[in-house]
Amino acid sequence: MLVEAGHFALALALGLSLIQFLVPLWGARANDPVLMAVAPTTAVAVFACIAFSFLALTFAYLNSDFSVLNVVQNSHSAKPLIYKISGVWGNHEGSMLLWVLILALFGAVVAISRNSIPMRLQANTLAVQAAVTIAFLLFILTTSNPFTRVVPAALEGQDLNPLLQDPGLAIHPPLLYIGYVGFSISFAFACAALIDGRIDAVWARIVRPWTLGAWAFLTLGIAMGSYWAYYELGWGGWWFWDPVENASLMPWLAGTALVHSTVVMEKRDALKVWTILLAILTFSLSLLGTFLVRSGVLTSVHSFAVDPERGTFILGILILFVGGSLALFAWRAPMLKQGGLFAPVSREGALVVNNLFLATACATVFIGTLYPLALEVLTGEKISVGAPFFNFTFLPLIVPLLLLLPLGQTLAWKRGNFLGTAQRLYAVFGISLLATMVMFAFTYGGPVAAPLGIGLGLYLVLGSLNEIVSRAWSKGTPLAVAWRKARGLPRSAWGTAIAHAGVGLTVIGIAATAWGIEAIGSLKVGERLKGGDYEVRLERVIPRVEANYREEAAVLTVFGNGRELGTLETMKRLYVTRGMPTTEAGILTIGLGQVYASIGDAQPDGSIGVRLYHKPLVLLIWIGSLVMAIGGGISLTDRRLRIGAPAPAKTMPPNAVPAE
Amino acid sequence: MVIWIILLAMTAAAVMAVLWPLSRHYAVARQADPDTQFYREQIAEIERDLARGVLLANEAEAAKAEAGRRLLRATGLQAEEAFAAVGEPALRRRRAASTLALSIIPLLALATYEIYGSPQLLSEPPGARMQPQQAGGSNLLGAVVEIEAHLAKNPQDGRGWEVIAPVYLRMGRIEDAVKAYESAIRYQAPDAVRFANYGEALVLAKDGLISAEAQTAFEQAVKLDPSAPKAQFYLARAAVQDGQTDKAKTILQDLLASSPADAPWVDAVRQELAALGAPQPEAATAGAPQIGPEAIAGMVAGLASRLEAQGGSAEEWARLMRSYAVLGQRDKASDAAKRAREALAQDAQGLKTIDTMAQELKLTDAQP
Repeated sequence: MLVEAGHFALALALGLSLIQFLVPLWGARANDPVLMAVAPTTAVAVFACIAFSFLALTFAYLNSDFSVLNVVQNSHSAKPLIYKISGVWGNHEGSMLLWVLILALFGAVVAISRNSIPMRLQANTLAVQAAVTIAFLLFILTTSNPFTRVVPAALEGQDLNPLLQDPGLAIHPPLLYIGYVGFSISFAFACAALIDGRIDAVWARIVRPWTLGAWAFLTLGIAMGSYWAYYELGWGGWWFWDPVENASLMPWLAGTALVHSTVVMEKRDALKVWTILLAILTFSLSLLGTFLVRSGVLTSVHSFAVDPERGTFILGILILFVGGSLALFAWRAPMLKQGGLFAPVSREGALVVNNLFLATACATVFIGTLYPLALEVLTGEKISVGAPFFNFTFLPLIVPLLLLLPLGQTLAWKRGNFLGTAQRLYAVFGISLLATMVMFAFTYGGPVAAPLGIGLGLYLVLGSLNEIVSRAWSKGTPLAVAWRKARGLPRSAWGTAIAHAGVGLTVIGIAATAWGIEAIGSLKVGERLKGGDYEVRLERVIPRVEANYREEAAVLTVFGNGRELGTLETMKRLYVTRGMPTTEAGILTIGLGQVYASIGDAQPDGSIGVRLYHKPLVLLIWIGSLVMAIGGGISLTDRRLRIGAPAPAKTMPPNAVPAE
Repeated sequence: MVIWIILLAMTAAAVMAVLWPLSRHYAVARQADPDTQFYREQIAEIERDLARGVLLANEAEAAKAEAGRRLLRATGLQAEEAFAAVGEPALRRRRAASTLALSIIPLLALATYEIYGSPQLLSEPPGARMQPQQAGGSNLLGAVVEIEAHLAKNPQDGRGWEVIAPVYLRMGRIEDAVKAYESAIRYQAPDAVRFANYGEALVLAKDGLISAEAQTAFEQAVKLDPSAPKAQFYLARAAVQDGQTDKAKTILQDLLASSPADAPWVDAVRQELAALGAPQPEAATAGAPQIGPEAIAGMVAGLASRLEAQGGSAEEWARLMRSYAVLGQRDKASDAAKRAREALAQDAQGLKTIDTMAQELKLTDAQP
């Protein structure tokens, strides 16, 4: 009964969304506050309906109600409680329900922040948001209904895909979806500005927290997914340039550009039209990501759904929203007021360069991801575009961007002085170069990329530190005063510096993978396998039987330079219901590096295949991402207005400049 | 009944969420222009930053000058029209919006739910189906685990394999069922039923496709017992898959002819024959005359009047419902379902049969 009520609530949400789309739009055109006021209450009601629906499905999972097809297909009565809950979104239908739940949640939050958003902007935004909700509710109800019943009820479920029975799964999709869907708010705001034909100065101020929040969550989601792939798939890699990963990277790159251009817009009233376009593109890429993952166009771990009907439907949504919003943009953008001017060498100019690089990098990922698909459609030829393509195209775009990052961060608004800025970074540049050379000397004969990359990362971290130090301390200032001044800096400044330092940490982690060592061997109990400075000894192999799987666990003792460092356990599991094997990697963390082992099949002679990796500094990849997201979060807590004080022109007295 | 009240309340609440803001009164006020307000706040912020020492005096001066210029421009551009919240047009708009809400929300929700939902399951009291089911499920699960443990120790117990195989099948563990039947066959004397069941598991594992393996199993069964109905049935299907419809018809007609009229598989065989477009001989009455649609209608009418007058078993009522549905007279089928429920009101088992048939025939309006 609850399941049916949940289903009905979803149908109600569809009707409410239609009202939320029509009435406020009409109200905004007629400038009627009564009609516009329908938007917030309806948005909250839509959220309530979808939340109820989601809870009903969760309840069905918790009770193992096998009269619901979705529960039968993705759950099992013997499954641990946490996977019963995470199983709700560990499948196509449930994850789409989570998608609209987050969509509606964000709509509701926009609705209750009544006082900070001008009424017309809010009404139009919620109407656009409702249009997205309608499309996805229709998609769920018609092609991916999680409430389909089975009569008579099944006796037992078919269990959740074992790869997804992992704590990582409980967190990864919600984080990622908050990121994806958060950009839908920026998109809705952009469309609302276009519909109304004006961008208020408040626009950027209102949109910034949404974009920043979405970006921070997307960062966490991607990092989480990457770490999950690292320890669950047992190949020791953390990024595979897999189309599904690219699908999340593209909105991230566009979103990163958007975060920066929004700052320019808020502080300097410039780059307005470009920011609007970026907001549209970012959400379009999120939709594209959803399409790639959900349509079954790609066959990978993530594609639960191989169903042409669904694919066509999402393609329809994609075309409707991308095409519709771009058409709206083409029609309305020329009418928007252009903003402030700035010199090429200035903070604004640097951020334009940042946007260009990020947009181009995003385009290369786009081409690398979609070209094989287009080729397959047109000629039937199957090619795979993998890491080499991206290394040759993506890296040359990202490295110069990162080299320019500390410079741009130091430049003044409106008109900057390149040489002066460079001087302030002499020390940073010098230390990084020195460190690179020292590392190079110590690892002579090893991979060249590692010291160079670590040097770059160090340069980013020090550059961010320099930004804070130079704003708080000048020669002769006592340290206590400098500390007080540094703490008095706006939290947004700290957020920027921390996020940029996070980029540096991630770069260091990535560069250090070049020093990684891999060894493969076939071990009997008591035998050893050596990889670089580390060595493992196979102690014993234990068979275990758990509620829904059987496993063989290999216990390995790790030695470093002859000293015993600890033990790790790696498993090969067989999930009985689906008859599906999985690998659980065994990981021993040493400082920031990790010793990583996974086992393969048992050989006829009783030995067992073991892969051993040593990955120095590998944790920095994810720590860096975490730091980036924390930086975003700190900036988010700063609710004050952002001021970008323009550098005064030198040739004229500052007060007499006709700057506009 | 309770559930319909709940759904109604949900709908009412949803409609209220729209009607409530429409019913409120608004003062006719100009909204403060967001732009000018923003620049005023910005100037205030610059002052604060200057006071905290975050901005230098000359920076603050430049920033303030800029914000001031923008404020001037925004004030000049201010052309915000007053809100249109009163007067006849506004009232008409309110009425139109209310009508929209009152019509779209309930209609769309009910229509969508009617199409995709399962309202026939609503009438069940909460958990009536689930509770015994779950209890049974966990008991069964325990039993399965016990038998599995037993079989792990005594893998040559063919009888055990035979017991667990159909359970696996019902649990949806089809691969396991196939393996269990294989073992059952391996460790026991050849038996027609066992071979046929094994074949059926193989067919289910291939989503209805009859593989060479399955065909061999069915042929084995027929070799052991020429009249094995299940094996014959699937061999007919295999013939259809190979494009030999005539062969399939012959097999099915022979099967029907040799079956007693009340055999449980007779209905399935008839349906299969009907799907092949073949004339259907009465069971066990070889050479029955061909039956035309009028004759069928006549027979159905006869059955109906007999059931009406004397009553009959649930199976007979179900057959009547199906017959009407096959003849395309869905309203009569619903009517039959209603009468059957009245006639069988005391017979829980019989009511269930009727319900199942109604669901099968999608007679949604015939729900109690």
